[in-house]
Amino acid sequence: MRNKEFAWITYFFVILFIALMGYLVYFTIVRADTFVNSPYNQRQDAFAQKVVRGQIADRNGNVLARTDVAEDGTETRVYPYGPVFAHVVGYSDTELGKTGLESVENFELLTSNAFFVEKIQNEFNGNKNQGDTVVTTLDAELQQAAYDALGDNKGAVVVMEADTGKILSMVSKPDYDPNNIYADWETLNTDEENSPLLNRATSGSYAPGSVFKIVTALAYMRQDSNYPSYTYDCTGSISMGNTTIPCFNNTVHGFEDLRSSFANSCNSSFANIGLSMDIDGYRGTTEGLLFNSSLPSVLDYTKSSFALNEESDTAEIMMTAMGQGKTTVSPYHMALITQAVANGGTLMEPYLVEQVTNYTGTEVRRNVPKSYRRLMTSEEAAQLKEYMTAVVNEGTGYELSGRSYTVAGKTGTAEYSLVDGEKTHSWFVGFTNVDNPELVISVITEGSDGSAGGRAVNIAGTILDSYYN
Amino acid sequence: MINIIIQISKYLIIILMAVYTFSCFSIFTRNYEDEEKRVLIRQDVLLFLMQFVAFFTMFLATEDIRILFLYAALAVVLLGVILLYNLVYPNVSRLVVNNMCMLITAGMIMITRLSADNGSPYGTAIRQLIFVVLGVTFGLFVPVLIRKLTFLDKWTYIYAAVGGCALLLVAVFAPTSGGAKLGFEIFGFNIQPSEFVKIIFVFFVAASLNKSKEFKNVVITTAIAAAHVLLLVLSTDLGAALIFFIVYLVMLYVATRQPLYAIAGLGAGALAAVAGYHLFSHIQVRVEAWQDPIASYGDSGYQVAQSLFAIGTGSWFGTGLFQGQPDTIPVSETDFIFSAITEEMGVIYALCLILICVSCYVMFLNIAMELHDYFYKLVALGLGTCYIFQVFLQIGGVTKFIPSTGMTLPFVSYGGSSVLSTMIMFGIIQGLYILREDEEEQLEQEKLRKERKSRNGMGRTAPRKAAKNEPRFEEVPKQRPRKKPRARAK
Repeated sequence: MRNKEFAWITYFFVILFIALMGYLVYFTIVRADTFVNSPYNQRQDAFAQKVVRGQIADRNGNVLARTDVAEDGTETRVYPYGPVFAHVVGYSDTELGKTGLESVENFELLTSNAFFVEKIQNEFNGNKNQGDTVVTTLDAELQQAAYDALGDNKGAVVVMEADTGKILSMVSKPDYDPNNIYADWETLNTDEENSPLLNRATSGSYAPGSVFKIVTALAYMRQDSNYPSYTYDCTGSISMGNTTIPCFNNTVHGFEDLRSSFANSCNSSFANIGLSMDIDGYRGTTEGLLFNSSLPSVLDYTKSSFALNEESDTAEIMMTAMGQGKTTVSPYHMALITQAVANGGTLMEPYLVEQVTNYTGTEVRRNVPKSYRRLMTSEEAAQLKEYMTAVVNEGTGYELSGRSYTVAGKTGTAEYSLVDGEKTHSWFVGFTNVDNPELVISVITEGSDGSAGGRAVNIAGTILDSYYN
Repeated sequence: MINIIIQISKYLIIILMAVYTFSCFSIFTRNYEDEEKRVLIRQDVLLFLMQFVAFFTMFLATEDIRILFLYAALAVVLLGVILLYNLVYPNVSRLVVNNMCMLITAGMIMITRLSADNGSPYGTAIRQLIFVVLGVTFGLFVPVLIRKLTFLDKWTYIYAAVGGCALLLVAVFAPTSGGAKLGFEIFGFNIQPSEFVKIIFVFFVAASLNKSKEFKNVVITTAIAAAHVLLLVLSTDLGAALIFFIVYLVMLYVATRQPLYAIAGLGAGALAAVAGYHLFSHIQVRVEAWQDPIASYGDSGYQVAQSLFAIGTGSWFGTGLFQGQPDTIPVSETDFIFSAITEEMGVIYALCLILICVSCYVMFLNIAMELHDYFYKLVALGLGTCYIFQVFLQIGGVTKFIPSTGMTLPFVSYGGSSVLSTMIMFGIIQGLYILREDEEEQLEQEKLRKERKSRNGMGRTAPRKAAKNEPRFEEVPKQRPRKKPRARAK
């Protein structure tokens, strides 16, 4: 009796199950963390019955959030910096849930890696264990400076390290005090005009204004290899059909190449560039820079949007090329694009958690810098860097020149309301120490009415001064 | 303090389970029957120890005396199963009986734990125990039936008609629950005909292919098998449809020895799957939920996401009994019991559970290889494949290895139809094994007689007929070398 086929079938199913078990092992080692840490996982809250929520600290050990336990066992979450870290650290409330790092790192904060003898003692005495400490990449001093510099403006600031992607500061205003979140909830949640609960740094959707010229310039460089010989004679505005695009304050820039168009932030020249481009290619470049796609971010964010397609009319193309139109972007996303330029084209994955330690400071796990994706070639990055240097040395960002540190960047002014045409957003994105980029900064203030990028440039200058001096 | 006991018992249970599982495979290397017997008895000891530790821990955690009653009832039932099988059928495969008891135990522990928090505490646990008792009682008669019913291989088209009609009834009349038409509610019990049609289907295929392997008959058989699968697809019972399909391919390949059939079948199946994906939105939903359960958390991904939260949180050693939240997993007593078990007992324990199922399958295929009658060989192969592929779909689905199809885990999941049909499947294979063992003994005796009388000439059916006249409860010779070396895969 031949049994060969039976043997083959046995082999087949045994291999199938080896694969299944291999997968289960792989899942447990590699994938499980993603699921366990998911904010949807209600199991985390059950840990709170056995663990005192751990601390959140800045990179120098300053406590950003801690839990105080009263003698009767009542626990209170305390945020020593009040509203300064409100959005990035977030709040943790039994009724209202969790946001920011309190939500993302919930599992770590409610896990105790205390010395096991101590844990056994606690078990016998019926005490709770002390949860782990999350050490962030944030810099409390810089955060405070950014918070102060933003003042009463609505807006946001993001600062990160260029070569590592560590986020040093993230401020959003208007803000709230997480210490009083429960008492203030009604007011905060219903304030639709100011929406103080929104983290504008990651979830704000703004018209990019002239900072988008970084993207348009890159798209143009890719489509026309002869871009260094591009010329344009600016007469203060450009007209096509029924659409007229004026330069800011109708300034006549005269004869320009791509570099001076960029440094002067010349709307007419960029509208002209937009008209000459292949729209599919343009769209391809923006999507390569993570428009219409997901961003590397642990915090909740809003995707950026680039709306041009083959059907778009010339008016929309001209508007989009200079940063108006339907394009929207978050300050965080603009910081990522700037970081890639500073970094020779490679985007380093941004991160907020330096390491997790047990409550006595023994390291449990550490994050290391990882490159996320190459957004552009090093040649392209070098070219954009040169243009952005020109902005500061001879263009709209002149205010930042001649300081103790060098800066390259791009200013922007975005009209955000057709009704209220006077009001504009003010943008600045840039990086310091141009030869060996150090800090990347992205600033937006809403509804200012000064000169192009004026207010955001001032704020960026104040923040950087406080860091370097 | 109780927490420490729970934590210690958790590791104890894992160790007992691991040792048990190891013996499930090491037993295949034993060469003498009494050696094998020692291993089997040790398995029983491990089984009852584990049961005790788990139930006692649950008692300490809840301080509910009803858990001890449940424990006592379960221990008595399983002890009864093991002793009865040994008494009535000394030639039964005791490894399979032990594994069956182990899987029931693993399921009962989790069902008891889950039903403790229910509206009617322990309702499902008690009902599951009743199903087990009913199943075992019925299962004990199955080997007798197999021996008596010598014309089982003649009913080819009766099987096809009965099975087809049952599936048609479901496809047309059954109410839709959870997006699929599964069965009827009769006297408060949910009956899923496809669980039983599986068995009839295997008999049909075996009978048909045993009769003729000519191309014409292969085409007819394939057409009827395809009709079964199609009816299941129409009822949107995709898991069952997949099982029927794979079982048919496996049986066809083995019967015809023609790998081309299997490859062509797999190709056609892949095409059908792609077509199905584009035609049916509920398949797309399942696949989406599989690709990223978190992204579709709001609707289709919810179940799988909850399952993965449980498995991930449990990790290697589990949270310990009553320390996790398996009650947050939807349908945790039936379709997602594997996730519930993994959360509280750990991944290592879960891997052991998988290996025990594989051990059953290896034993089934060993039995199939040892049988002489070709019809019975195919039946054993088909039923074994039915069993193991369901296990694969089930565990693969809840761990996100493959898209989830919504199945029960045989013997472990709560459910009357599932327990009963699996019990019948195991009973039939056991019946075939006993038949074979009886034949074997008969042969040996014939050989002795033959030597004495130096006469020859034995018909193919002679041993079976002769076996009937032998005393049924025959003492097994003590130090009998284990037949010829098992026809193990080489």
